[in-house]
This record gives sequence, C-alpha cells and structure tokens, in this order.
Amino acid sequence: MSFLPPLRVARTLWTVQFAYMAEYRAEIALWALSGVLPFIMFGLWSAAAADGSAAAHGSVAGGGGPLLGLSAAEFARYFVCAFVARQFSVVWVVWQFEEDALEGRLSPYLLQPLHPLWRYVAAHLAEQATRLPFALVIASGFFLLQPQAFAWPAPGRLLLGVLSVGLAFAIHFLLQSLIATLCFWSERASALERLFYVPYVFLSGLVAPLQAFPPELQRLSLHTPFPYLIGFPAQVLAGMPMGGEAPFSLAGGLAAMVLWLLLLVPALLLLWRAGVRRYSAMGA
Amino acid sequence: MAMPVAPVLRYLRTLRRFWGTALATQLEYQLNALIELLAMAGNLAGSLLLLWLFHRQGVALGGWSWNAVLVVLGAYTFLDGLTSTLLRPNLSRIVNHVQEGTLDFVLLKPIDSQFWLSLRTISPAGLPEMGLGVVLMLWAARRELGALPPAPLLAAAVLLLAAAVILYALWFVLAATSIWFVKTWNATEVLRAALTAGRYPVSAYPAGLRLLFTLVLPVAFLTTVPAEALLGRLTPLTALTSLLLACGALVISRAFWAFALRFYTSASS
Repeated sequence: MSFLPPLRVARTLWTVQFAYMAEYRAEIALWALSGVLPFIMFGLWSAAAADGSAAAHGSVAGGGGPLLGLSAAEFARYFVCAFVARQFSVVWVVWQFEEDALEGRLSPYLLQPLHPLWRYVAAHLAEQATRLPFALVIASGFFLLQPQAFAWPAPGRLLLGVLSVGLAFAIHFLLQSLIATLCFWSERASALERLFYVPYVFLSGLVAPLQAFPPELQRLSLHTPFPYLIGFPAQVLAGMPMGGEAPFSLAGGLAAMVLWLLLLVPALLLLWRAGVRRYSAMGA
Repeated sequence: MAMPVAPVLRYLRTLRRFWGTALATQLEYQLNALIELLAMAGNLAGSLLLLWLFHRQGVALGGWSWNAVLVVLGAYTFLDGLTSTLLRPNLSRIVNHVQEGTLDFVLLKPIDSQFWLSLRTISPAGLPEMGLGVVLMLWAARRELGALPPAPLLAAAVLLLAAAVILYALWFVLAATSIWFVKTWNATEVLRAALTAGRYPVSAYPAGLRLLFTLVLPVAFLTTVPAEALLGRLTPLTALTSLLLACGALVISRAFWAFALRFYTSASS
C-alpha cells in the first residue's frame, strides 16, 4: 500500500466539508457567540477580586491576599483562554450521528471503505476553521474592553497551548463518539449527552479555574477527563504557573491527556464493532 | 369595558385540549423524562457548587448573603424550568413551520396564531424544575428573614410572573425573526447562553456588565428583581419599572408578530 491514498482521501474529505461549512458561516458565527459563558464568569470573578471582601474576611486559600492568588488581569486571561479552548474543542458529533442513523444515511457510510467517524472528524475540523475568524473577533473585542489583560503568550507556551487544545478536542470527540455509538442500541442517545454536559460545565474549568476548587475536589476532578477539556489548555495558553502548588503540571497534564487517548481509542473501536453488529439499518 | 367572557373560555378550553394531548404523547417517553430530571438535579448541584466556591473564599456576591443568593438561584431555576416546559417546545417549532410551509395551516385556523404557536404543546419534564425553583426561593428567603410576611410574597409572585412575560417576549420576538432568516435557532441559543447570567444577583457583576444586564438584556428584571421583592428590599420604582417592562414586552411581541406576518410569503411561493 502506498502512502498517497490516505492523504488524498483526507484532502478530499477536508475540501468537501470546508465548502459545506463555509455555506453555514452565519450559523457558525452564532454558535461561536453562544460560547459567552466564560465571559460572564469572568465578570463575576473579576468583580469579586476587585471587591476585596475576600481579603477582609480572610480568604481560605489566599490568606488575605488577592482572590485565589490571581489578579484581575490573570482572571481575564484565564477566561479568554477558556473561551478559545472551548471554541476549538467543542464537539457535536452525537447530534449529527443520531440524525444520520435515524434517517438512514449511516448505511451507505458503513459500506464505504472508510471508517464513518473520519467523516465526522473532517466535519469538525472544517467547522473549526470556519469558526476561527469569529472566535478571533470575539477574543479581540474582549481585549479591546480589557486592554490591561492582554499579553503575548511565550512562544513555547503558545505551541504547547495549541497542542493541548488539539488533544482536548481529540479526547472530547472520542468521549462524545462513545455516547453517539450508543445510537446503535437506543434511538435517542443524545439525551445522554445532556447528562455528560453537567460535569463538563462545572468541572472542566469553564466556570471557575481549578484553583478555586477545594483540594479534595481538585484531586477528584483530575481523575476525570473534564479538567483536560478546558482548564488545562486554558491555563497553558494563559501562561499560568504550572507544577508545585498549581493544579496542573505541564508534563503531568500532557501525559494524562495522552493516557486518556490511549484508553478511549480502543474503547471506542470495541464499542463501535459491537454496535455495528447490532445495527439493523433504520429506514432501510 | 366589560371583558368578553365567551372567547376567554373558548381559549381556556382549547388550552386544556392542547396540553392534554401533549401530556399523553410525552408519557410515551418516560426514560427521557428521567434523564431530564437527572440533568436538572445535576445542574442545580453544579450551580450550588459554584456559589459555594465563591462563598468559601469569603466572597459575598454583590454583597448578597448566602441565603439571599440562593433566592436568586431559585428564581433562575423556576424560569429555566419554564423555558423547558413551554418556551423551547413551542417556539423552537416556529422555524420548522416557516421552513416546511406548515405555518399556512396555523394561520388559517380560527384561533389567534400567536396563541397557537406559543402554547400548543407542553413538556412536563420541566415542571419539577419550576417547582423546585419556587421551593428553593421560599426556603432560602425563610432562612434569610426568619419569617415570610404575605406582602413580599405577593410582590414576588407578581414580579416573577412579570419576569416570565419578559422572558417569553424575548424568546418569541427572536423566534419570530425566522420569518425572514429561516434559520434563527442558533440565535435563541445565544440568548439562552447570555441569560445564564441571571443565576447570580446583577450587583455581583462589574459596572459595565451590570448596565448591559439592566438596560440591553433585562437579566436583572428576570431574577434579581423577584428575589429582591421576596427579601423585602425592593423599591416601588423598580417594581413599577418591571411591571411596565413586562406590559411593554408583551405589546411589542404582538406588534412584532403582526409586522412579521406581513412579510410571510409561504414556503412554496
């Protein structure tokens, strides 16, 4: 087998999906805008940090210092990075897959000599490329309003940050594909996604940096994949201290992400194989 | 002017039929209801966790005590439940009606089209959330004040109703824009995301956002004002503003629908 065919397949998939996504620019812009949660949370945390009531009451973690040991500018950088991390690790495969399964589009996909999940991977990457300018505009708008928060990340951190956002996307995609694969058994697997979404919002670092968690909860959450989906990439991008007292260490975080990938890929392939065996082609 | 009773009765009878059939359909999907219930419990637990994360740092959000903040969360939970019970199941279909041309059939019915589109169905899975929101409000307010005098209770009930009307009008106007843009479903997602700001008292935000949440997107009137009413901290002026806003929002939503229909040309033409 030569090296070229997979590359050609990848290029074709990408071109088709990108053309498709570019048609839906307006919708994707609105999706990008619907990720405002980190900015709302930034408002709360920065107002609390500026309020100084934490220092007056004697805070638990900071011992009377700034809230969580973070300045208002650091909060701003963290939450804008959380916004960016979420924009490029957001996954919607379960809804697409459910629709394809229910309407019988999945059957021809299964006949092709290409794992159907690759098609969804290409669709997600194309959507992210379409989303890029909108996410940049929103993030720049934020920095225009909060100019004191702006700082160029160190080149090494930027590179590692991009890498960790990519890994976060891979983990999130595999996790949601596991739920989507349950469509082979149940017609409405997307309902389960609603349950998965709850810990995703509250434990991932989307609403509060992991520093805010009490130590036990921090340890507990670090045994789940959630903090690696938003919190870790955001802290890498924001240039926050790693190792020591910080919730993440750079090497430890990356190793954990690779470990999750090594765990999830075989799990998904096994579940997929079992599911296809059960599949009876709805609508056929 | 005497209120004509017969049409009101007719609409009430129709509503009973609408919701009766909707309930019968929904009972077929019991597992979905269970998942909704679990998701609701998880969301509430997560919100409490987040509030506690602030609390344990000694932060009083906007100067509100722990119990007072819970009253706001209760109001938010109630309105979120209302969204899942009535707003989302009904208003999300306007897009489909426009896309598939079935809006024609709705317009031909001998009943007000806005009434039909807004109240045609009900999703009972959101009802427990509404109930829980009210219970949380009352429980937390009782812990804050020690007792619940009837006057603030009545004021809170009226202002929560006003909040529900404002929320409805926001959703309806946004959903009605699908007459022009067809695919505006994502716009309501943006609204939903922005409204999560209502989980916390509006004074907990920095000045700029506070202004935004009061004047542009009336988040303050949705949750903070009813909570203030229940805690007996409300000024009459704010209460009056909220009521006027609700009336205005309702009038605007009706006028907007009439205006939008002038541009409706059906799907096939």
